[in-house]
Amino acid sequence: MADKYQNEFGGFAEKPKVPKKFYDLKYILLGLVIFFGLVFSPILPNLGKIVAAPSPNLDTPAILKLAKKDRQCVMPTPYMRTYHMQLLIDWREAAIRHGNREFISPTGKKFVANLSDTCMGCHSNKSKFCDQCHNFAAVTPNCWGCHLDKEQKVAKGGAK
Amino acid sequence: MGMDRRDFIKLAGLSTLLGLGSNSALELLRPGQAAAALEGEAKPLTAKRWAMVVNMRQLDGETAQKCIAACDRVHNVPDFGNPIAPAMKLSAADKARWEIKWIWTAPYENTFPGDTQEYVDEKVKDLKFLLLCNHCDNPPCVRVCPTKATFRQEDGIVMMDMHRCIGCRFCMAACPFGARSFNWKDPRPYIKEVNPDYPTREIGVVEKCLFCSERLAIGLMPACVVASQGALAFGDLRDPKSKVRELLDANFTIRRKPFLGTNPQVYYIV
Amino acid sequence: MLENAFTGTKRYYGLIAILSGLFALGFLFYLKQLSTGLGITGMGRDVSWGLYIAQFTYLVGVAASAVMVVLPYYLHDYKAFGRVTILGEFLAVAAVTMCVTFVLVDMGRPDRVLNVFKYPTPGSVMFWDILVLNGYLLLNILIGWNVLECERHDVPPPHWVKTLIYISIPWAVSIHTVTAFLYAGLPGRSYWLTALMAPRFLASAFAAGPSLLVLLCLLVRKYTKFDPGREQIQSLAKIITYATLINVFFFFCEIFTVFYSQIPEEMIHFKYLFWGVDGFGRLVPLMWFSIVGMTLAGLLLVNPNNRRNENTLAALCGLVIITTWIDKGLGLMTGGFVPNPLDKITEYWPTLPEALIALGVWALGFLVLTLLYKVAVSIKEEVRA
Repeated sequence: MADKYQNEFGGFAEKPKVPKKFYDLKYILLGLVIFFGLVFSPILPNLGKIVAAPSPNLDTPAILKLAKKDRQCVMPTPYMRTYHMQLLIDWREAAIRHGNREFISPTGKKFVANLSDTCMGCHSNKSKFCDQCHNFAAVTPNCWGCHLDKEQKVAKGGAK
Repeated sequence: MGMDRRDFIKLAGLSTLLGLGSNSALELLRPGQAAAALEGEAKPLTAKRWAMVVNMRQLDGETAQKCIAACDRVHNVPDFGNPIAPAMKLSAADKARWEIKWIWTAPYENTFPGDTQEYVDEKVKDLKFLLLCNHCDNPPCVRVCPTKATFRQEDGIVMMDMHRCIGCRFCMAACPFGARSFNWKDPRPYIKEVNPDYPTREIGVVEKCLFCSERLAIGLMPACVVASQGALAFGDLRDPKSKVRELLDANFTIRRKPFLGTNPQVYYIV
Repeated sequence: MLENAFTGTKRYYGLIAILSGLFALGFLFYLKQLSTGLGITGMGRDVSWGLYIAQFTYLVGVAASAVMVVLPYYLHDYKAFGRVTILGEFLAVAAVTMCVTFVLVDMGRPDRVLNVFKYPTPGSVMFWDILVLNGYLLLNILIGWNVLECERHDVPPPHWVKTLIYISIPWAVSIHTVTAFLYAGLPGRSYWLTALMAPRFLASAFAAGPSLLVLLCLLVRKYTKFDPGREQIQSLAKIITYATLINVFFFFCEIFTVFYSQIPEEMIHFKYLFWGVDGFGRLVPLMWFSIVGMTLAGLLLVNPNNRRNENTLAALCGLVIITTWIDKGLGLMTGGFVPNPLDKITEYWPTLPEALIALGVWALGFLVLTLLYKVAVSIKEEVRA
């Protein structure tokens, strides 16, 4: 018995017999392969590779000079890990636009809000500290186009 | 304010003894810079209205060059005539086009164009005036900046925020004194002696003299003033006891293009 | 409606291909400019604005000229212009697209362009320029598209489109006035420090824009089945005549003020452009060609026979376009910056990469123009069929 359906006039008619066919199947499949190939292309070459977790190195001459209890950054480490970008942006707004270069940490210590002198003064090993996490997360902060890190100077044995 | 006599004599002595340029000698006289950075023991110099007096009677060509060298070194200003790699040598035309000048010299007829006459005294004919941003009190460059990347601070300094500048160069068109430079090329290959305590700039932003606001913040006078051996005076125009007021009270001074109403704050004693 | 842009004759596809190719070439050089800096142009410390901003200035004028067809039709019921308002509006869209692109291409840090919106500065003319330019682009896209769609379906445009049209009329004048104000308020550039800057800009805009529109109308008539109309082209020709003559008159007003007052600072820029100073005179032949050609074009256009003959009209329109382009596209920038504020002369000439990037932006604009005109003309052909 053929399928019947109710049309708009209330009468019953037979559903027309249309052969089921996938038009342009070859091209659709090819397109899908190319598309998913492109989408997954970053992942496929790295399948199975193990990338070591970043290990930022804190052993710089400036930090080692300090007593263990004095080795405190401008803010506590968990805060710095999450918000150091925001802190730097706040510092630059305050320093450049409001002339306010003084930063007082939660411990009451005063710092000069300066990336190259204050931050990189202690963390003078950019490639072993900053770059470790940045490379892992594929982040390229554009500070270094202008701001200088102290790495070469320390490597050459300059005083800092 | 500024260097007292003891420090100046120490500096002069050290420079003579060791044949050093003023900047390196300066660093010897600023011990504990790193410690200060960590302990924040900065006593900033403040003013209600910073101004500079250039005493051309005391400034000779050699000292002027020392002032320029001090500024260029402290601020990593590139020298396009002197690339680090000799292969990057530029033609004279390119060098002139891409030149970055924060402070430079020019003869009288270029410093005060339109103010010239046919017969000028010998001294002025040969004088090389020191030119820099005038940090005008009514700056047209600040008026035109679409992002407030250049702005007038409370103390009168016309400041630049390199992070915000979009490189439209409207401020360069607006400046009646030609005090602004643009980074047409990457400056780093042309900075022989990099000062790690101050950033360089990237392509695409405008830069100019900032009255050494970063040095004022840690209690130091501008680099050119320190190198000028007294020919440049820098101080608070609103403080009747400042050096600049002293000089302005005692000497007739002229400014560049005062009739334009920008109210430039660099005064020249000729 | 947009589907009309994707079908056409072989000639149409050829034109699209050439324009796309030129755009791609310009784009490649632009990538080089992004990586090595604006140093690949001929600009420098003394002449800090060059070909790009000059093109932007010229094209803002062309964009503003759309008001010359919109105003008579919508405000004064000049029914004849009904056929060509869409062509004027789409020309404005293409021109403003080029303007915005030229500004982007000239910026040192285009990645920071949104700073203009993040930190609005109402005291800066450039802030307003960016606002009004983008606003005008949006206005013309909305108006043009809706009016065209209504024409296709033979219905009158809705009320809100009429409101936008009335807004676009003073807006068109404002975009070019604001652009003129970029120059006319700078205390250090006496070539530009004249109240006549905005009127001169508008006069040359209303000469150049309709000239381009006349040439485009003649091309449309030749290559498609839509005829913009003889009366329409004649009306535009009259507008071009008077605008050109007024522009020349304004120029002579400037010359009088500058040279009768004999103020050296004022005269030196004109002297550099038209006579050369200290042996520097790269633009002298071009400037003379520009002013003589413009005057000649204006005077010849006065004769109605020259306007009625569409061949001479096309030639004179071409002359107007070239001469106003030299005046605004080359002379304006260089005259303002040479000599510099220290009375030194540094000449400027665009480099090859700079010229190719500019050509690429022009190609982009003409690409947009071609696509939009194809849509408009197809609809017009369809309606009249």
